[in-house]
Amino acid sequence: MAEPILSIASLKAGYGDFQALFGIDLEVGPGETLALIGANGAGKTTLLRAITGLVGCAPAMVRLDGRPIGGMRPDRIAALGVAMVPEGRRLFRSLSVEENLLIGGERARRGDWTLERVYDLFPILRERRRNPATALSGGQQQMVAIGRALMANPRLILFDEISLGLAPVVIRDIYAAVPAIMASGVSAILVEQDVTRALAVARKFVCLQEGRVSLAGRPGEHDRQAITAAYFGLAR
Amino acid sequence: MAQAYSIERSTRASRITAIVALLALAALAAAPWWAGRADLRLLGEVYSFVALATVGPLVAAYGGLAAVGPQACVGCGGSALFALAMFLGVHPLLAIVLAGIAGALIAIPVAPLLFRLQGAYFAIGTWVLAEVFRLGFAQVSSLGGGSGISLPAGVVAGIAASRPLREMLVYWVALAIAVAAIGFVVLLLRSRIGLALTALRDSELASESLGIDIWRTKLLVYVGVAGLTSMTGAFIFLQKLRVSPDAAFSVNDWTAYVIFIAVIGGIGTIEGPIVGTVIFFLLRETLADLGTTYLMILGAVAILVMLRAPQGLWGWFAARTGLTLVPVRRRVVFSDQSK
Amino acid sequence: MDWVNAIVQGVLIGGLYALFAAGLSLIFGVMRLVNIAHGDMIVAAAYLALVIVQATGLHPLASALLVVPLMALIGYAMQRVLLNPTIGKDLLSPLLVTFGISVILQNGLLVAFTADSRRLAAGSIETASIQLAPGLSLGVLPLLMFAASVLIIFGMELVFFRTSLGRAFRATSDDPEVAQLMNLNRNHVFGMAMALSAAVVAIAGIFLAIRTNFDPASGPARLIFGFEAVIIGGLGNLWGTLAGGVVLGVAQAVGAQISPGWQILAGHLVFFLVLGLRPRGLFPRMD
Repeated sequence: MAEPILSIASLKAGYGDFQALFGIDLEVGPGETLALIGANGAGKTTLLRAITGLVGCAPAMVRLDGRPIGGMRPDRIAALGVAMVPEGRRLFRSLSVEENLLIGGERARRGDWTLERVYDLFPILRERRRNPATALSGGQQQMVAIGRALMANPRLILFDEISLGLAPVVIRDIYAAVPAIMASGVSAILVEQDVTRALAVARKFVCLQEGRVSLAGRPGEHDRQAITAAYFGLAR
Repeated sequence: MAQAYSIERSTRASRITAIVALLALAALAAAPWWAGRADLRLLGEVYSFVALATVGPLVAAYGGLAAVGPQACVGCGGSALFALAMFLGVHPLLAIVLAGIAGALIAIPVAPLLFRLQGAYFAIGTWVLAEVFRLGFAQVSSLGGGSGISLPAGVVAGIAASRPLREMLVYWVALAIAVAAIGFVVLLLRSRIGLALTALRDSELASESLGIDIWRTKLLVYVGVAGLTSMTGAFIFLQKLRVSPDAAFSVNDWTAYVIFIAVIGGIGTIEGPIVGTVIFFLLRETLADLGTTYLMILGAVAILVMLRAPQGLWGWFAARTGLTLVPVRRRVVFSDQSK
Repeated sequence: MDWVNAIVQGVLIGGLYALFAAGLSLIFGVMRLVNIAHGDMIVAAAYLALVIVQATGLHPLASALLVVPLMALIGYAMQRVLLNPTIGKDLLSPLLVTFGISVILQNGLLVAFTADSRRLAAGSIETASIQLAPGLSLGVLPLLMFAASVLIIFGMELVFFRTSLGRAFRATSDDPEVAQLMNLNRNHVFGMAMALSAAVVAIAGIFLAIRTNFDPASGPARLIFGFEAVIIGGLGNLWGTLAGGVVLGVAQAVGAQISPGWQILAGHLVFFLVLGLRPRGLFPRMD
């Protein structure tokens, strides 16, 4: 495989006295999508926060293109091409839809994703461009959050629970846009509680359980039973 | 598989400290017999600053309110003392206590207004309050209007028969106020209210969901602090024997110095303000001739401490050594642990 | 007619109070910081203008060309060096640092310039006036100051809502964490906010210097007037701050008509009245 975009080695991280991750290893190659699954509290969000710099860790634990970025300032990591679609959307409520997108593209790298292209991907946003971002429905807000991350033209995009709190038909619409996103060659980590959906779009997966990797591989390699066991920590 | 545990508060260090503190208190109480007049006055000043610095930041550190205007209460207490002693003929020492109560009573209707101000704006609000009092005072001609008034000789004589006795009584009152202030804070923090305050500081939302009445807790703390600060203010101006609007409500004297003491010593601990006061007076005695530069140095030191050691000198020391001389927190001790 | 005149003067000085307040409001909006040294910065700007006018012979109003960029630079540096390290941890630390800065500024100015009160002479414009009706005349200078306030507030709103810097301000204020994920350097954004505030402070300082006597201890009073204007007007709304300034100015003017000693007290009482009856201010836009 070509040089991985992201490689994580023995990652230990936590919040103050509370340790959430006890030594995680994983790799994401160029253009690859990795599904990160696990129950609530397993450490998925902490892992994403460690990658984006919101949570500190030792420098060598997280490498981007081989370069250690652990513990770096979040805006510097963003500048290197890492973008996140945060859990719960977290749009800027004082900004309109278009302003949220624009701010995502503020110091963007050069690339294909422009305001127009995001509007092509999610046409409903074009209609609502001047509305305050938080006045939109949950699904539309999710589109804005994804668009905001795309505007930075990232090399690695982190999706944190994009289906959370959304109706199934809305989730389907959002996931329908995922192939178009992946086609542009960006690598992705997809955190999802909906295991089936996650495994359907991912090339490989990692399952976390209480801060450790309990199972990893390609979607076809393991059967449902093994995955469930790893998810809930039944196999010890 | 639960471990057996107990909840303890005292440590060996704290038990030793309690004994040392009692001995020190006895020695200080005996000061009229071994210290000179000027030293007694100085000690009186030290005690009042210890009282102010201990009680004031309580509101800030635990109440989640950033109070910057103790000068409102100090001035209130001072003016109340003079009014009570001069117009109502109350014995000055008793007037000190009454002035404290007056301060607390005034705080009750005022606090709800001030609580409407968010966080740091609350601080300026207390400042505006002090200004209202100052301007109001200046309009009262019987208290000397803008230039203030001295305590009449007759009232002074009313404190006690002879001057040495007067000075002894005044000194003991100061010591009592400092002890009362420290005692108030220790007892408060150890009580259920103290627990509520710590919870409040950490998370208002969580506290509320647990049934803690935020508003009432804050009000209680603020009123208590107002009362003690007013009482200290009353004492301060009794010792000065003169009060005026500008002196009573001076930002420099009562707010700036108190803040610096609290910052340098360490906010949120009992030992901090005492350490801070000692350092403050040491600096004052050695640097006082520098005048305005002295204030600038204080300001610079305070900023430096805030940037480098935000827990103050005592806080920094305590963190390094793990020492707590006056414990207010409870610890969970597992029975298989020694200590 | 006396009363009408007084009220008109009150309205006009409201513009100046709004200028005092605008920088304070901006800082609070972007980083939830209350700058206790704000008033002292206004006075420092006044002294800076004094020095520059004496050194270059420029007209006070023209000195803005130098004072504004200088103050902006000082504000940026102050924010990055002294204030940024303390923001975010708790409410008290940044407040105490600004308090320390206030004390140092006041006493530094005292050492440098003594406690003598000063004033900046602006020439004939100081006394020029427009006669609207018998007994009612508007001073040209107060009118100019009011117009400048309106213009500056308009400009600030423009920056806030139509520029990428303004977007950065709003985003960082909404969600500092996610803003960092968008490659916004929080330290720089906060620095720029303080720089902008300092620029407005510079203009306020020059106006102050021309309008009244000032000395190193004049700072806290300006802070209080600015603060009262913000609270009366409502948080998060610069036009509201202008309204707040006007209300304060009029209250003080009315108070002065009743009795000179009541001028400032009247303002404080109206402030507490608004706090009691309309706690969020007259035109709040923020929570």
